[in-house]
Amino acid sequence: MAAYKPVVVPACPKLGERITQDTLYWRGYKTPVQIKEFGAINKIDFSPVPPYNYAVTASSRIHIYGRYSQEPIKTFSRFRDAAYCATYRDDGRLLAAGSEDGSICLFDVGGKAPLRQFEGHTKPVHVVGFLSDKYRIFSGGDDYCSNLWDIPSATEIISYSEHTDYVRCGCASKVNADVFITGSYDHTVKLFDARMKSSVMTIEHGHPVESVLLFPSGGLLVSAGGRYVKVWDVLKGGQLLVSLKNHHKTVTCLCLNSSGQRLLSGSLDRHVKIYSTTSYKVVHSFNYATSILSLALSPEDETIVVGMTNGVLNVKHRKPEEKNENSQKKRQPAYRTYVKGRTYMPKQEDFCVSKPVKRVLRKYDKLLRSFQSSKALDAVLEPPIMLHTPEVTVAVMQELHRRGTLRSALAGRDEKQVNLLLTFVARRVIEPRFTPMLVTVADMITDIYQPVVGQSAIVDKQFLKLQEAIGKEIDYQEELLEVLGMMDTLFATFTKKRDTCLEENKSNGLTEIIETNTN
Amino acid sequence: MVSPGALRVVRCGGSALRGARAVFSADSYLLCASGDFVKVYCVSTEETLRLMGGHADLVTGIQLNPHNHMQLYSSSLDGTIKLWDFMDGIPIKTFTVGSKLLALYAPASAEDSVFAVIPKKGERDTFQLVSVKLTKGAGQDLEAKELSVVLDGVGASVKHIAFGREGAYVVSVKDVNLQVYFFKRKLLNRFSLSTVKTKGGDNHFSCVVCHPTEDCIATGHADGKIRLWRNFHHKKEYTYSTLHWHHDIVMDLAFSMEGTRLLSGGVESVLVQWHNESSCQKDFLPRLGSPIEYISMSSDGALCCTLHTDNRITIINSNLRFSRSIQGLIKSRDVKTGLVVDPRTKALVLNGEPGHLQFYSLQSDQQLFSLDIVQRQYIHQAGLKQSDLVKVAFSAQGTWLATVEESEEVTDPELQLKLWFYNEEAQSFKLNTRINTPHDNHITDMCFRDMDELGDDSLILVTTGRDCVFKVWVMVEDTDPEAQQSVSWSCDFVGSYRNYQATNCCFSEDGSLLAVSFEETVTVWDSLTWDLKCTFCHPPGNIRNICFGRLTCSKYLIGATDYGFLCCWNLLTCALEWSAHLNIVVLQPDPLSEHIAAVSWLSKESSLFVFKPNEPRPIYIQRNLCKEKILLAAFVPRDEPEMISSEKYRWLRKSQLFFLTDTQELMTLSTKSLEERLTPSSKQLAVEESLPVTPFSLLLGKHRRQQAQEDVDLGKPVVHNKQEQASPAVKELLHTPAHVLPSASFLCTIFINSLLISKENKSAEEVADEVEMESEKAEDESDEEDITAMEQEDTSHMELLGEMTCKLSKSQEKELRKIRKTDYSWISAF
Repeated sequence: MAAYKPVVVPACPKLGERITQDTLYWRGYKTPVQIKEFGAINKIDFSPVPPYNYAVTASSRIHIYGRYSQEPIKTFSRFRDAAYCATYRDDGRLLAAGSEDGSICLFDVGGKAPLRQFEGHTKPVHVVGFLSDKYRIFSGGDDYCSNLWDIPSATEIISYSEHTDYVRCGCASKVNADVFITGSYDHTVKLFDARMKSSVMTIEHGHPVESVLLFPSGGLLVSAGGRYVKVWDVLKGGQLLVSLKNHHKTVTCLCLNSSGQRLLSGSLDRHVKIYSTTSYKVVHSFNYATSILSLALSPEDETIVVGMTNGVLNVKHRKPEEKNENSQKKRQPAYRTYVKGRTYMPKQEDFCVSKPVKRVLRKYDKLLRSFQSSKALDAVLEPPIMLHTPEVTVAVMQELHRRGTLRSALAGRDEKQVNLLLTFVARRVIEPRFTPMLVTVADMITDIYQPVVGQSAIVDKQFLKLQEAIGKEIDYQEELLEVLGMMDTLFATFTKKRDTCLEENKSNGLTEIIETNTN
Repeated sequence: MVSPGALRVVRCGGSALRGARAVFSADSYLLCASGDFVKVYCVSTEETLRLMGGHADLVTGIQLNPHNHMQLYSSSLDGTIKLWDFMDGIPIKTFTVGSKLLALYAPASAEDSVFAVIPKKGERDTFQLVSVKLTKGAGQDLEAKELSVVLDGVGASVKHIAFGREGAYVVSVKDVNLQVYFFKRKLLNRFSLSTVKTKGGDNHFSCVVCHPTEDCIATGHADGKIRLWRNFHHKKEYTYSTLHWHHDIVMDLAFSMEGTRLLSGGVESVLVQWHNESSCQKDFLPRLGSPIEYISMSSDGALCCTLHTDNRITIINSNLRFSRSIQGLIKSRDVKTGLVVDPRTKALVLNGEPGHLQFYSLQSDQQLFSLDIVQRQYIHQAGLKQSDLVKVAFSAQGTWLATVEESEEVTDPELQLKLWFYNEEAQSFKLNTRINTPHDNHITDMCFRDMDELGDDSLILVTTGRDCVFKVWVMVEDTDPEAQQSVSWSCDFVGSYRNYQATNCCFSEDGSLLAVSFEETVTVWDSLTWDLKCTFCHPPGNIRNICFGRLTCSKYLIGATDYGFLCCWNLLTCALEWSAHLNIVVLQPDPLSEHIAAVSWLSKESSLFVFKPNEPRPIYIQRNLCKEKILLAAFVPRDEPEMISSEKYRWLRKSQLFFLTDTQELMTLSTKSLEERLTPSSKQLAVEESLPVTPFSLLLGKHRRQQAQEDVDLGKPVVHNKQEQASPAVKELLHTPAHVLPSASFLCTIFINSLLISKENKSAEEVADEVEMESEKAEDESDEEDITAMEQEDTSHMELLGEMTCKLSKSQEKELRKIRKTDYSWISAF
């Protein structure tokens, strides 16, 4: 003898993007804070020490923002012309920046005037950085030179002029104090060792290099230029590991997250893409209002700061972790008195007798079991079910229809209930997963309540609403068909082989939509 | 006797249990009429104990002998009534009545006669109840021509007649008429209900039962009412009260032994128990699975059993609790899935209960399990469009199962494709993927790419639909962290051909080619690139079946068309190799050999053709395979290849062919004769194999084998054989309980004799016979019956068993009698 089988509520696959761990993680940011700067933001750098202030370089100023402040807590504005690439030292106490006039300034984070000024570049300096020994600075300028400076003496140690175009990006190795990298518009990335007279490695990126990045291990190098992001194995002599082409405009900035598991790239196409560094697949992406010039991620991924070409600074803070209050609440009603054997763990030789699990049926299932169709329908038309889980309502309607009792369940209702039913139908009939069933229901309702049309203003209004909803949906479907027709023409211009494949797939989708339309 | 080597069609399950009400014996056996047989089930273990065969046609009635509860009367359409000893499965007597028997009643009041329903001579569709006098003649086959008509114009069903309290009266219902005949007073009372249909209900009688202790008749009606009639001794002042719960016809009624409770059942598949007729107090046992056909009570009232329309028996406790169910091959309304063999269990898989897939074990004639595919409550009501299972396919290893279910609506079928993965831990299939509306119209065929050696990556499912496309489904990795499973299925490719409806699909053995038939055309596709390779056509006529050849014949493609052609195309030359004019309904390739079985249906006879694709001449032809139309067939691989001597039947060596007829009889072809089949060889094997392998047994086994070898070396086998032949006699002796054995001095000579090596071969067998007879006589001593009759019965029994019969000589007979007499004195002395 079989037990009663409850109504199966069909679970619909969620449309759109697949929800992955990454989506959940990267969605966990609050709505962004927008701060207007004076010009295009070319660099954002986080202080490596708490409280993780960040320096934003835009126009001729460097602003330092606190974690939650919307106003700069400090400003360095002693630049005659544009400032570039304000970068923190590892201890977060010094800040270096290049400038349009070719000088490099070194600031104390606490002070105002520059501690040192390094003169030597003849053209604007777009990239500055500290080597990991903290006493040296490297820089790259539009005069094709990559220089190395000594901080205490403010003198140039060495100058490499190997690039043949503007040097626009660079970074220092974290594991070796002598190694730094610069990327240039001459399509190359060069690796320099301060102990050597010339570059030790040259990597052909193939496009003007906009940004370079070394992995914390120092083994992998990421370069961005043109629409490409390329990953190179430095230890294998600069072998190309993977080439990513996920942006459709120039990639301008790169950034690693705190764990080093994810790589972020920002582009002029207004997108930030997040790649997994194991599979090099895009796991998530953000889009912004305008083209992105710079991008930074605070330690622990607490904040994402993105600088745009129009001078807007976009700051996203992470939502605070939701505490598991529920689990604590569950533990609340503890046993005051000692219940014998409550904590007894069965031994291996014990014979366990399990208590039969009592099946809990939903209210509508109980009513359906006893063939009370009208009451079952009433049970699923209650607001909590109807509003939050419309699929349950529709599943019960389907079941009643299958049993042939839907018409009698719908009939004999008063004005209020008819109003409720019609509201539901009018709202949900356009949802593709409910359409087939609700069209039948709408048919039946109009059939049953046709004689009383005109007697109640509320019901009449609902009927008009239903008509309007269906009319709108039909128009929409027609438009969609037109778009599909256009797409088919486009696909027809593809090569012969791919043509057959794609068209068949598409035509499949097309017929499905036509079907819902005719319904 | 069938000559050895001839192929016989053997029924192997699924016969309808619907012939008659089941009967509980006094000692917890359940007896059921099943096709031409009477089945004996053990109530406590649900096992089939015995199959009693002997009738030549459907068994229509079984009744316990009211004077001896160890005996059973059975009646059949072949016009005989048989008296059985159902404990041993031995037919005691056969009474030939001479006309079809449609029902049998054996009330206790009738001394030496039973009642039967027979068709009235000269009139069609009128039946009469007759009392058949069972003559007490000697011998096994007796004539019972002494018929006296009791009632005329009765219904043909067993449910339309009932015998009243102590057999004082008999009640018969037909249409709207009820007649009661009182035996003592020779009085016939007729009552009739108004023929006018009230409120659309139709008050025709459907069944009748009588109260066991009171003068009360309960009748069931087609509109679901139950009427309780009283005071029917009077023609005018009779009364009746009505009980109404059923919404459709009341199929059967049964009173409990004391008459306090009345059970009723119908198509709702709910067993209703009415407590007190006056107050309509009732209990229900709902969801019994399928419409109830018969209800019967055990004589002690502790159990009740319902026979269902789908060949299932449900045993129910007296407190209306479901106890257990006995199910063989469940009969479904329509086997849409075809016969499929589960690669894992080698069970036959087909539609079972509505919405379920049954796994039917061929060896044990039992349902292994039933998989709920549709997972919806089935409402037993006429005219409802409920979804049912229509297609099923297994992957080669049996790890994946694909099912298609659709509602019966013609225009907009609610289609669902479900993919099930076999869960090793749970030992059952678990739903993996559900695809709503995989095609826009009915799915016509479905197949997996069968590739044993390659991994799961190569697993591909192809479905063809009437929406003119075929779709290819593949497994994809699931990246959703919330999903528990790692893979799911999605559509990979959609192919079509000139907007024709796709009807069949089939993968070649190596999985490289896919053949899809589109109405008149067969298209062949490359399964890697999904390119159309070539097309075959044999106009006119749509393609009905296609299949690829296997093994050495893998270059051939076989197709059968509507217009009665069987075609074989060569895939290498892309040309028609041969064709034959045959109306093929079933085309089934053997998975283990090149052979293909085709069943044709022509002018009301099914014929079987077995052929290899590389030669147009069939290997084997059997015309007139069976009377019914064969709908489906399947090759089931044997556990171990059978030794078949004849070249003609070599094709049956690796697999066995099963087929299902339109009456849902499952049949097979067998080369063995009846007797060989009846020996339960499987059971013996099971016992031997179930012995645990211990180091000791291994050692002993080795030792024994060595000894046997030594014996052979020494030329001992002759002696050895003799001993083995004699052993049944010794065994019999040893297994008989000691308290019924005669004194040892009497047995001594027999025992010694059995061990002696005689010169003729016969002697050992003779001794065996003697011992067997002796034991049987010991059992039958209580029955004061003529000894000659007994002997005859014994010999006939032996004939039946097909053993070498040897008439006993007079002297031997005398000796035996002597033994018996002395035996008596020995007991009385105690």
